[in-house]
Amino acid sequence: MSHSPTASPETAPAAPARRPGLVARLARRPLAVAGLACVVLIVLGAVLAPYATPYSPDEQMFDGLTLEGSPLPPDTRFWLGTDLLGRDLLTRILYGARTSLVIGLVANGIALTIGTLVGVTAGYFGGWIGSLLMRFTDLMMAFPALLLAICLAAVFQPSLWIVALVIALVNWVQTARIIYTETSALARRELIDAERTLGASTARILFRHILPHLVPTIIVWGTLGISTTVLLEATLSYLGIGVQPPTPSWGNIIFENQTYFQTAPWLVFFPGAAILMLALGFNLVGDALRDILDPTQRGRD
Amino acid sequence: MTAPAPSSLSSGAPAPEASPVPVLSLRNLTISARSAGGMLPLVSDLSFDLARGETLCIAGESGSGKSMTSLAIMGLLPKPAVSITAGSIAFGTTDLATAPERVMERLRGDRIAMIFQEPMTSLNPVLTIGRQLTEAIETHTDLSRRAARTRAVEALSAVRIPQAERRLSQYPHELSGGMRQRVMIAMALALRPDVLIADEPTTALDVTVQGEILELLRDLKRDFGTSIILITHDMGVVAEMADRVIVMQRGKMVETGATTDLFATPKADYTRALLAAVPRMGAGQAAAAAAGLPVQPAAPQPPLLVVEDLKVGFDLKGGLLGRKTHRVHAVEGVSFTIRRGETFSLVGESGCGKSTIAKALTGLVPFEGKVTLDGKRIDGLSGAARKAVQRDIQMIFQDPYASLDPRMRVGDLVAEPMLIHGIGTARERQDMVTHLFERVGLDPSHAERYPHEFSGGQRQRICIARALSLKPKLIIADESIAALDVSVQAKVLQLLKDLQDEFHLSYLFISHDMAVVENISDRLAVMYLGQMMETGSRDQVFSSPHHPYTQRLIAAVPQPDPAAKRHAFPRLAGEIPSPVYPVGQGPKRLALLDIGAGHMVASRE
Repeated sequence: MSHSPTASPETAPAAPARRPGLVARLARRPLAVAGLACVVLIVLGAVLAPYATPYSPDEQMFDGLTLEGSPLPPDTRFWLGTDLLGRDLLTRILYGARTSLVIGLVANGIALTIGTLVGVTAGYFGGWIGSLLMRFTDLMMAFPALLLAICLAAVFQPSLWIVALVIALVNWVQTARIIYTETSALARRELIDAERTLGASTARILFRHILPHLVPTIIVWGTLGISTTVLLEATLSYLGIGVQPPTPSWGNIIFENQTYFQTAPWLVFFPGAAILMLALGFNLVGDALRDILDPTQRGRD
Repeated sequence: MTAPAPSSLSSGAPAPEASPVPVLSLRNLTISARSAGGMLPLVSDLSFDLARGETLCIAGESGSGKSMTSLAIMGLLPKPAVSITAGSIAFGTTDLATAPERVMERLRGDRIAMIFQEPMTSLNPVLTIGRQLTEAIETHTDLSRRAARTRAVEALSAVRIPQAERRLSQYPHELSGGMRQRVMIAMALALRPDVLIADEPTTALDVTVQGEILELLRDLKRDFGTSIILITHDMGVVAEMADRVIVMQRGKMVETGATTDLFATPKADYTRALLAAVPRMGAGQAAAAAAGLPVQPAAPQPPLLVVEDLKVGFDLKGGLLGRKTHRVHAVEGVSFTIRRGETFSLVGESGCGKSTIAKALTGLVPFEGKVTLDGKRIDGLSGAARKAVQRDIQMIFQDPYASLDPRMRVGDLVAEPMLIHGIGTARERQDMVTHLFERVGLDPSHAERYPHEFSGGQRQRICIARALSLKPKLIIADESIAALDVSVQAKVLQLLKDLQDEFHLSYLFISHDMAVVENISDRLAVMYLGQMMETGSRDQVFSSPHHPYTQRLIAAVPQPDPAAKRHAFPRLAGEIPSPVYPVGQGPKRLALLDIGAGHMVASRE
C-alpha cells in the first residue's frame, strides 16, 4: 500500500502543463546564477587576458619591487600586488586561468569519462569483464598517484597537455569505483529487466537508461575533481614536472610563493581564492543542474 | 511488568469482564499535512472507540488515511510535515494527541504495539532475533537479561515458532516471510500490550501463511484480551477477523458498523462499490454461466505457445575455489500450452517458480527445454532472431513504478518499444502513442509527464500501453494487479479482458491470488516447488480440485463474507522445503496423470 496522502485512486496530481526550458529554470535559482557568474567571469578573464591588463605575465618590472627587493602589496597600480620577481599578480592569475581551466576541465573531463566508461562497463556486464576492470582499477588505486605522474611526466616531454593527460590517467579510479557500485545496483532494477524484455540493445540500455541515472553522481564527482586536479597540477609544477616556468598556473603561483606566506600573504591568498571561486562556481551550477535534470524532483524544491 | 502503566491491566492474565470504558477513544481526530496551499487534511473528524478484547478493522484503499490514523495513535507521524491539528486520542488518562515524546516512548511497544506490513523492513537485519526481542523487553521492564530471554522464548513459542530457543541466535534473513511476521508479533506481544495495531500484517505473505497469522492474532486476542486495530484493504480479511468495521475513504469515515451488518446491508455507496469490486471465488464460473457460454469452449483455438519440459536452475558456488556446490531447481520440467485468445494462469506461493517461467519466456534467464511460439522454436535463439521473438511476447511487471524509467516521459516510454524495433516514422509513433493512451483510458495530453506524476493504476495502464505498442501475440502479466487497490484492480482486469477480445491476445497470467485467477482464467496450472501440481480448465480445477495442495490453496483464501468465517485454518506442517540440492541430485519428478478431459494432477508420493 502506498501512503501517498494526496493521490486519490486513478487521479494524478495536477502538474504544470508547460515546462520552461533548462536555462529559464536555471535562471530561477539565485545560487545557480551566482555560480554561473563565477565560471563566466573566470572564462572571460582567461580568454580576454591580453586586453584586460596592460602588463605581460612574464614582464619583471623594476618598479614592481620595493627598494629592499620585496614584493609590493596590492595598490592602485598593481591591483593584486606583485610577486617575488616584480611581476603583476593579477596578470599572472588571468593568464594562469588558461592553464588551470585546461587542467580543471579537460583533464578532469577525461578522467571522468574514463572512470564512467570503466565503471559502467564493469558494473553492467559484471562477470570476468567486471572483475578484470575492477582489479585493474584497484591496482591503479594502490599505486601512488604522484609516483605514477612523475614516471609518466619523465617519459614524456613536459608540456601543459602532457600534464593534463597525466592527471587524467591517475584521477579516474575513484570515479570508476563509485560508478561501478551504482551501475551494478541499477542493472538489477526491474526497469532494466523491462527494457530487456522489449528487446532493447545493450547500448540503448547503457546510454538511455543507465547513464541518465548516473548524472547526479557524475556531476558531484566532476565538481569535486576540479579543485583536486588544479592542486595536483600545482604539485607537479612544484616538482618540476608540471607546467614549466615562466608559464603561470594557479597552482605554481601558490607554490612559488608559499615560503613568503607570512611576509606577502596576498601572493598565496589571491590564487587560492581563484581556485576556490572556480570550484565553488562549478559546485553551485552542478548542484542546480542535478536537481533540474532530475524529473522526479520536479515540484519538490 | 513494572513499567508505569496508565491502565489497570498490566499482567498477562486473561482480560477482565468487558468494561464499559473503552481502551482507546478517538474524538474528532484531524491529521493535516503541510503543503504549498496550506494545511491539507489527510484524516478529518475521525471518532471511534476501541473496547477491550475487540478487533476493529479499518478498511479502505490507498490514500484513505487508515495508515495515518495508526501512526497518529503510535505518535509516529512524520512531524513536522504531518501533524494532528485537532481532536484527541484518549488512552486511559493520557491524551496521545498531545502527549510529549517522553511519555510516548514509554507507551510505545509497552502498552501500544504495532506490526507493519513488511517484517523485513521493521527488523534490524544485523542483529539477531534474540537480541532484538530481549532489548525490547529490557527497555520497558526491570527484568534481568536472563529473565528477558526467558520471556522472549515464551513469546516466540506463543506465536508457534518451532525451536524457539534456537531462533534467538538467528538473523532475520534466515527466516521466511511468515516466520519474520511471527517474530514481529512475538515482539509486539512480549510486553502484553493493551492495544495492538496491525497495519496490513498479511499483505506481503502467501495465502496459506496469511491464514496462520490471522489465526494467531485471533488466539492472542482470546488469551490475553488484547484489543486489535487491524488495518487492511482486503475485505476477505475484514470478514474473517473483525468484530466491527470502519470504512474510510479520502480521510473520512464513510461507514461503521458490526461486521455482519456491514457486509449484509452496506449503507454507503462507497462501501457497496468496494464490496462489489472484491474478486470472489466462483464469480468467474457464475459469470460464464450467466453469459450462456459453454463450460468447455466449443472449438479449441490452435495453440500459440507450447512449452515442453522447461527447466531453469541457478548454480550456487561455494568453497575456496568457487566451484559449483549446489543448484537451485527453480523450475523443474514444466509443460503447458497456451491457445490463441486464451488466458492461462500460473498460481502458487512465493518461490514456486512461476515468475521464473515468465523470465525464461521473455529471455531474462537461460533455460532448458523446448518452447514453440506460433509453430516456431524460440529456445536457444540469440541476436536478431531473439529480438524478433521479443515483439511477440510482452511482459507487464508487478510494480509499474519500478519497471518504468523515472527519468523518461511516459509518451517516450510508450513509443520506445516501436523505436527499438524500428517501426514507423516519428510521426506515426506519435500517433500510435496517442491512440494507445486513449485505448487504455489515459489522457493523451499527459504523455509529456513523468511516471511519478501518475497514480498506481494509471502507471499500470502506461505499462499496458507499452506492451501493446508492438502488437504482441502473448502478454505475460506477472502479478500485474497485485499492488493495486481492489477498485482499480477490477478496472485494470476489465481493460485486460477488453483488449484481449479486441486484439485476440493470449495472456499468461501469473498470480498468487486464487480469487483473481478464478475470475480471469480459461485454464490454469497450480505450481509448487518448481513443478506443476495440477492443471486443467478453471472449472475442473476449482470445482473438483484433486491435489491436496490445490485444495489447501483454495481453502486458505479468506472470503469477503462474515458467514463464511472459518474457525480453524489449515495448518502448514512446517517451512516450505527448499528447492536447493547438491550438484548431481535433484528433486523427485512428479508424473502428471490425466484424470479426464485435460485435467492433470501430479501423482502423490
